[in-house]
Amino acid sequence: MDDKLLITPAPHISSVKTVRGIMLDVVISLLPATLAGIIIFGIRSLQLVLASVIAAVAAEAIYQKVAKKPVTVNDMSAVVTGLLLALTLPPDAPIWIPIIGSAFAIIVAKQIFGGLGTNFVNPALAGRAFIVAAWPLHMTQDWLNPMTHDAITGATPLAVFNNTGTTSLGVKDLLLGLRAGSLGETCIIALLAGGIYLIARDVIDWRIPVGYLGTLALGTWIFGSPNGFFQGDWLSGILLGGAVLGSIFMATDYVTSPVTPTGRFYMGVGAGIITLLIRVWGGYPEGVTYAILFMNLVTPLIDKYVVPKYYGYMHDIQARKAAAGGGTK
Amino acid sequence: MITIKKVFGGVDVPGKKELSKDCPIEFAGIPGEVVLFLSQHTGAPSNPIVKPKDKVLRGQMIAEPQGTVSAALHAPTSGVIKAIEPRFHPVQARMADAIILQPDGEHVSDESVKPLASDLEDLTPEAIRTIARQMGLVGLGGAAFPTAVKLAPPENKPIDTYLLNGAECEPYLTADQRLMTEEAEKVIFGFRAFMKASGASRGIVCIEDNKPDSIEAMKRAIQPYSEIELAVLTSRYPRGGEKQLIQAVLGREVPPPPGLPLDVGVIVSNVGTAYAMAESILEGLPLIERIVTVTGEGVAKPSNFKALIGTPLSFLIDKAGGFNGTPRKVIMGGPMMGAALRDTNVPIVKGTSGILVFNVDQVVEEPILPCIRCGKCVDVCPMRIQPLWIAAYSERGLMEQAENARAMDCCECGACAFACPAKRPLVQWIKLAKAEITAMRRA
Ligand code: SF4
Ligand code: SF4
Repeated sequence: MDDKLLITPAPHISSVKTVRGIMLDVVISLLPATLAGIIIFGIRSLQLVLASVIAAVAAEAIYQKVAKKPVTVNDMSAVVTGLLLALTLPPDAPIWIPIIGSAFAIIVAKQIFGGLGTNFVNPALAGRAFIVAAWPLHMTQDWLNPMTHDAITGATPLAVFNNTGTTSLGVKDLLLGLRAGSLGETCIIALLAGGIYLIARDVIDWRIPVGYLGTLALGTWIFGSPNGFFQGDWLSGILLGGAVLGSIFMATDYVTSPVTPTGRFYMGVGAGIITLLIRVWGGYPEGVTYAILFMNLVTPLIDKYVVPKYYGYMHDIQARKAAAGGGTK
Repeated sequence: MITIKKVFGGVDVPGKKELSKDCPIEFAGIPGEVVLFLSQHTGAPSNPIVKPKDKVLRGQMIAEPQGTVSAALHAPTSGVIKAIEPRFHPVQARMADAIILQPDGEHVSDESVKPLASDLEDLTPEAIRTIARQMGLVGLGGAAFPTAVKLAPPENKPIDTYLLNGAECEPYLTADQRLMTEEAEKVIFGFRAFMKASGASRGIVCIEDNKPDSIEAMKRAIQPYSEIELAVLTSRYPRGGEKQLIQAVLGREVPPPPGLPLDVGVIVSNVGTAYAMAESILEGLPLIERIVTVTGEGVAKPSNFKALIGTPLSFLIDKAGGFNGTPRKVIMGGPMMGAALRDTNVPIVKGTSGILVFNVDQVVEEPILPCIRCGKCVDVCPMRIQPLWIAAYSERGLMEQAENARAMDCCECGACAFACPAKRPLVQWIKLAKAEITAMRRA
């Protein structure tokens, strides 16, 4: 009996949190926004979501099979990537768009860099950036009208807002998501519900979305109106476009955001500033994707310089001061 | 009432104290063989002063301390010395010299076992320190540091506050809780001896709020002594770590290694050590027995035993009703910092606070995944270092980087590995780095 005893290093108990459990929480938190997208933009959205998720999981499994690595689709991270990518798409995009985007996200942005944990940019956003670059027309024109589901030609509410500093949409419509936009970004209430769930479950750090949206709101208020400073419509600034979706669900991706609370706050603020720069002064209507991708690249730098003050550090500072004082005598 | 300061980090662990917290302390009895390691404390091993075939009595010194940082060893019961030979040391995980005692079952005490004093007024600080050294006292909280050395801080580092550690933040363990509940007065007597020996004018008894019975008992016991206060801490692991306790109760931080609590005018001792001090003074009884919690879902009747040092685990598990099902893991100590053992045919040592038996259901056998950089380990580390990087450096053999990332600060509490969703053995890697860095520094 005794020789069957297991020898493993301490600790011998572990929290109930697992990688799979966390990914499952993220999927659960995205369900309200996904559902809202399907209601607002029609069954087409569901097709995009399914295509994206299936493509992401398949891409991961096939790549790992071919590369003779253990197949890890069970950890659910590919499901999260596929789902996130789908939510950023224009609802009338052709069905092959998410398939190619997910495959790119998983294979190029994630697996080639070693898989979950060693990728340095958010796979879903990298996939999105790739399709925006390759098929810009689909990604900027395939919009649908909310509820009526007919195609829209012309600028999105965010593009109008960036140029004029105003929007014809009321706050109620914005919160419910009754506007043209990417299929999962419009229903703010659903996104917030998911965000609150993730914060309550201790999955994400509130500092990233709060830092992000706070900075964006402040910046929009200061610079967002053509009539002068401090007159911008800050609320529409954060509710239009993908900032809520991006700040809660994408910028908080563990692998590509800092590991310290302070570092995460900087990540949020940085992404907010870049989004603002692109929106107010850039030629491109939406800055969320590139802002987060840029901050993904800055993350190693943040982690290098934002280091918690270790227990007892004040004694070292005192000793150093004393040594310096002694030197001048 | 002491206001508790905010302490960074820590984890909420399942307490599991209910298994054994209401089981009164019982004497476990005399086993067929007693194994006494010469090294069961921090510092130099003790030096045997008996030889095989010698008859010894309970409480008789059988090995004397070698040098200042060392501890004496005494026979826990009467009998015959069978051998002095290497045995498997459960804590050091290697063969180590031990005195093997064959008990005669009579349990006859040596004539030296008689009250030394009944009043602390009759003892000088020096006399208390001498007793601590004579009686082989070491810290019973785990590190087993010789008490006499702890009680003699250097002249230039005066001690103002003495903390009595009754936090017992490790899940499952209830030895300290039972001791405080049942023997509060003796514990406080020993604590006062510590205060007198160290020159501390203020004493604080620190207990986690999940032990109301102990809090009540200790509150009553300190009533007559205005110099002793009570601090009730919220339960969170590792509150009872020496450095975390000092931080929570006094708002002071100990300097980084090799800094010690006495650098900030504090000494911390475990309640079990204080009890042993009281027994030494009041009964003349050396450190030959201690309270051990035998618990876990894998034992039939979780218990708190007063056990002879050197008693085999198998004997104690039998006394606790034997296994409950098929054991999968046997741990010496608590689940957060204890060591898993290959078999139960090893003895308890002075630092053993518990024996924990897990069945398959309690054993985590999750696969180890790559780090997802979630930062949970950073959030919980009470030393405010970044376990993920140190472990990653250690894994790749980059010991200098590990040292720069402050690997040596790690107190091995295990909070990081507990919190890690990828179930990475962070502490194992950090311990390896610490060992390599220590070796590097010596070279
Ligand atoms: S808790 Fe584990 S997975 Fe998370 S950052 Fe630390 S080591 Fe990596
Ligand atoms: S790094 Fe060390 S001190 Fe920090 S949580 Fe891990 S074991 Fe505890």
